[in-house]
Amino acid sequence: MNNMYTFDTSTLWAALPEIFLLSAIVVVLLLDLFLTKPFKQVTYYLTQLSLLITAILAFNLIGEPKTIIFSGSFVLDNMASIFKVFMAGSTMVALVYTRHYLTEHKLFRGEYFVLVLLSMLGMMVMVSGYSLLTLYLGLEILSLSLYTLIAIARERAGAIEAALKYFVLGAIASGLLLYGMSMIYGISGSINITDIATFADNSTLASREMLILNFGLVFLVIGIAFKLGAVPFHMWVPDVYQGAPTSVTMFLSTVPKIAAVAMLVRILVDGMGAMHDYWSDLFMVMALLSIALGSVVALMQTNIKRMLAYSTISHIGFILLGFVTGVVEGYGAAVFYVLVYILMSMAAFGMIILLNKQGFEADKISDFKGLSKHSPWFALMMLAIMLSMAGVPPFIGFYAKLFILQQVISAGFITIAVIAVVFAVISSYYYLQVVKSMYFEDSDNEITITAPMDMKLILSINAVLILVVGLFPDFWMKLSISIF
Amino acid sequence: MSSEQIIFYILSFWFIASSLAMIFARNAAKAVLFLVLGFFSAASIWILLEAEFLAITLILVYVGAVMVLFLFVIKMLNIDKSTMRAKFAEYLPLGLIVALIIIAEMILVLGSAQFGLEVMPSPARHGADYSNITVLAMQLYTTYVYPFELAAVILLIAIIAAITLVHKKETTHKKQNVSEQVNVRAKDRVRLVSIVSPTKEEK
Repeated sequence: MNNMYTFDTSTLWAALPEIFLLSAIVVVLLLDLFLTKPFKQVTYYLTQLSLLITAILAFNLIGEPKTIIFSGSFVLDNMASIFKVFMAGSTMVALVYTRHYLTEHKLFRGEYFVLVLLSMLGMMVMVSGYSLLTLYLGLEILSLSLYTLIAIARERAGAIEAALKYFVLGAIASGLLLYGMSMIYGISGSINITDIATFADNSTLASREMLILNFGLVFLVIGIAFKLGAVPFHMWVPDVYQGAPTSVTMFLSTVPKIAAVAMLVRILVDGMGAMHDYWSDLFMVMALLSIALGSVVALMQTNIKRMLAYSTISHIGFILLGFVTGVVEGYGAAVFYVLVYILMSMAAFGMIILLNKQGFEADKISDFKGLSKHSPWFALMMLAIMLSMAGVPPFIGFYAKLFILQQVISAGFITIAVIAVVFAVISSYYYLQVVKSMYFEDSDNEITITAPMDMKLILSINAVLILVVGLFPDFWMKLSISIF
Repeated sequence: MSSEQIIFYILSFWFIASSLAMIFARNAAKAVLFLVLGFFSAASIWILLEAEFLAITLILVYVGAVMVLFLFVIKMLNIDKSTMRAKFAEYLPLGLIVALIIIAEMILVLGSAQFGLEVMPSPARHGADYSNITVLAMQLYTTYVYPFELAAVILLIAIIAAITLVHKKETTHKKQNVSEQVNVRAKDRVRLVSIVSPTKEEK
């Protein structure tokens, strides 16, 4: 009876990044209360410092053997550690852009940074979650912080609308996910991913057990697709991207995608890997629909945030294609695509924020008119970002698409690869539209760039990385495969 | 059929009936009351499962606190029903089709062939000295300590979110500065003016 209840403190080191981050959150939250107006920047620097230390702690854990602690609900492996480092790093970059946006729009509040840290904690819990319960709790921590972040601009009607839409649809998605989890638990008798994997891998499963597993699986796939924003569960994406303050859009369109993919890997690849034949069909349909709809509907957008939302949907389609293949190289290509997508999307939203000034949202494509004359450097950066998103070599976006398509073709789905390429070509039209308005049109109103030096520097590095990483993509691809 | 099964079916019937009544109730306050009835039935089913602590928590927390708060909010808000129902007929056909398909599928999958007593026997009964709360507490603070802490983080977010979204920095009322009031001295407030009273001769 006694050994039924175990709590081993000697293994807590595996969760050190999470433990540190939670402590840092509490410190930042409390300290922010006592800071008077001229010292508010301290909150920002402390947030960056906490993220940096979290990243270092997570980096030190890379290479540790797979460790499962907290009675099977937490896993430390290379995937978790590498994802944590990437998430902390990209959140830090996002915060550099965010600070400029918040000061220009008078939204600078300590709570903003605390909520970003909390969503970071939720994402870390998700990538390390090894039971259905912890995965769900991590997802809720992430979602609740994001809802609040969107609504933080509470005097904007659009932001409140976006927050409510996201909240209601997110709650429905969580409900579906939980329902699926309850079915899986009901039939397998466990919420631990390891136990579920052994159960699903059993070849002597009765047909009734298969039926329930499948039933639960469908709900899990729907819940995950909702969070990723894959068609036909994409309805919230454009409205939320457009309505939310740009700094929040940038954050929620980038870093949480790593966590969502990690959740997908944990539940579907680690847990239900034996049922790949069942879920890959669902994924194939969703992937093709996402690529098609994302590429076609984006053609008609005039709002660049909305356009990027549809472009996200089509990128998600490519990521899902990587999981259709069912081989480790395919999963690796999908992870590589996510990381590349984050690099590009972060830079694209950074450019939008760069053009923001005192209460003015530069979120129309026409706001980019004549940028090449005013600031040739940043116009060049935007050119690189857009070409990379469209998948033009030698930029990194090309290799991301190439690796996915290679795996799709070697898995034998040639028709699907052809369809994906056709839509990728169609989608390049709207990316080039931005380039056209930057280089060949005159600006209607004055462009002024008020961004501080650190933001300009980080944004330039971010955009240059798109080219530099594209010159030697093999290293990153090998890294992405190595985590499986 | 054992007496336990009969009780289970009665409670389940009330659970489903009150849930349906809650959805179809035209009056929001009535809907809340039906939800309360639903919670009671669910709690009773938990008692049948020997999960006393959960049952009591459901009633104390959800019925006692959350639903009462709901009632207050509903009574205070002036909900315009006509705008809520405006799009109802428009979406009804599609919604109905989707709902029917899902219900049909669920009936096919979740029938007694999958979850009946023959394939999933009811758990063994515990003796009178068995304490549900002790076992739950032991589990929560050992096996499930990590999810338990995460749930605490969610509560922290709820607090931060509520205050962030509702709190207004600009105060619209004037308040007293107590320390200033206490430290005030007579010479700050009262000015003594010496007035020479007129004499008889001047009159």
